[in-house]
Amino acid sequence: MANKILVFVEQRNNEIKKSSLETVKAGAEFAKELNAEVEAVVVGGDIADFNSIAKYGVPKVTHIKNQDLNVYTSSGYAQVLSDFANETGADLLLFANSAMGRDLSPRVAVKVDAGIVADCVGFTFENGEVIATHPVYAGKALTDVKINSPKKIFTIRPNTFNLGDAADATAEVSVKEVDNVNTSVKVVDITRASDKLDVAEASIIVSGGRGMGGPENYAMLEELAGLLGGAVGASRAAVDAGWRPHSDQVGQTGKTVSPNLYIACGISGAIQHMAGMRTSKYIVAINKDPEAPIFTIADYGITGDLFEVVPALIEEIKKG
Amino acid sequence: MKIAVCVSHVPDTAAKINVGADEKSIDKNGVSFIINPYDEYAVEEALKTKEALGGEVVVISLGGDEVKETIRKALAMGADSGVHLKKEGYFDSYATAKALAEELKAQNAEMVFFGKQSIDFDSGVVGQMVAEMLGYNSVSVVVDLKIEGNNIRAEREIEGGKEVVETTLPAVITAQKGLNEPRYASLRGIMQAKKKTIEEKEAQTGDSRVELLKMRKPAPKAPGKILGSDASVVPELVRLLKEEAKVI
Repeated sequence: MANKILVFVEQRNNEIKKSSLETVKAGAEFAKELNAEVEAVVVGGDIADFNSIAKYGVPKVTHIKNQDLNVYTSSGYAQVLSDFANETGADLLLFANSAMGRDLSPRVAVKVDAGIVADCVGFTFENGEVIATHPVYAGKALTDVKINSPKKIFTIRPNTFNLGDAADATAEVSVKEVDNVNTSVKVVDITRASDKLDVAEASIIVSGGRGMGGPENYAMLEELAGLLGGAVGASRAAVDAGWRPHSDQVGQTGKTVSPNLYIACGISGAIQHMAGMRTSKYIVAINKDPEAPIFTIADYGITGDLFEVVPALIEEIKKG
Repeated sequence: MKIAVCVSHVPDTAAKINVGADEKSIDKNGVSFIINPYDEYAVEEALKTKEALGGEVVVISLGGDEVKETIRKALAMGADSGVHLKKEGYFDSYATAKALAEELKAQNAEMVFFGKQSIDFDSGVVGQMVAEMLGYNSVSVVVDLKIEGNNIRAEREIEGGKEVVETTLPAVITAQKGLNEPRYASLRGIMQAKKKTIEEKEAQTGDSRVELLKMRKPAPKAPGKILGSDASVVPELVRLLKEEAKVI
């Protein structure tokens, strides 16, 4: 049972993140299924337009403000969010399973005395109860779980809820100024690898493995990913060889991803790799070896030389 | 300084996972177990911290008797002593955090290291929960760490970049690959580990809040289409992605 759902909406550099809008959409769906109220909360920043939150189904938005909250502080965010959840009587909290969501939600869980299930990839509703699906062993198995404590927190893996079309709606925003923010843990600087899209958040991933032959050959994957608006991923073999950073690694000791499209180039399909990407909605495999295990989970396969196929794919997509 | 590192005992990444007859746990038959890979970075960082600042390193693990093997592994790398919090069966993140927090309080550990997540249940929340229960600061998914006096400067991985975080002791740090290069246990280390004590205690987990209803294998994917063996099928692939899959 839940009476009031609270969706945490993450801002970075005053922009609302797509994974948070997906969580908003989830919140709206939960509210409908559970016949509960739903509202959203944004912490810090200077947000020009909250309407995107309303457009995905949650018009009621609270913006908690204090200059110490403009940049992420886990101690401060946990404090103001927990206070707000207690004030509003929220008994079900949703977070995106982002870097911030996963850092913050467990601290909030302890503060508000909630049970927590992280990294959910699906939900069903039975007699007013939420049954969440949480992958284990990097997706080699799935668990169906429910939370029995009165307060509940779920974090949702990016791309689990497809945004689809936005409705035409306007947010009702209340601003809440807070004092005495606890900044005992504080972000003092952010270094970005340019404006690189992270594999954990991308809806299209072009990934390369040992078959790429060397780091220089990833330029064509970068080009393909750029054309598709996606990110470049890598197998553990490619990361261990030093060709790509660990932040790009897909698999059990890297990131587990669920994009709409995963293009595996020169990846044979080790168990630990396939565990991390098998929930992708569509998988394309390009590999010279027709026996490569990756073909057993690919929707579309080309058993050819990636150094011919990938450039041809780039040309074909450029044609529009 | 008292330094603690919490480790878990998990199936090897190369292991095939099958669901057991109870449909609530895995079939352990033929599965080899290892120290959680992220916990190796945590142990290494704990040892480096001790080498730099002095103190002692206690390694703590929660579970059945089999977790002693993983405690020994950390002792062989150089940790000073071990604590086995004994409990069989399933317990959720909250219960795990509670048992560890109780023990860490008793240990009076000022600096606590975890791996960023265990690769069995993959939740990645226990370290932060323990910190909150203890009233400690925390930084998760850390790839660089500097401790000077009471001050901590850590880099944590975020989407497409890194955050530099400043905080103070006492603190919980969860380790990501890249933080360091874990040392191998030397033969001497392995011999010495046999003489180090592992204290056994009943784990004070309390009740789990999360109920595991069912564990299952993901539905097998229907076999896909092999379109061909060279670049001539690329136009067909693009057509399928646009018209059938509708993903580009």
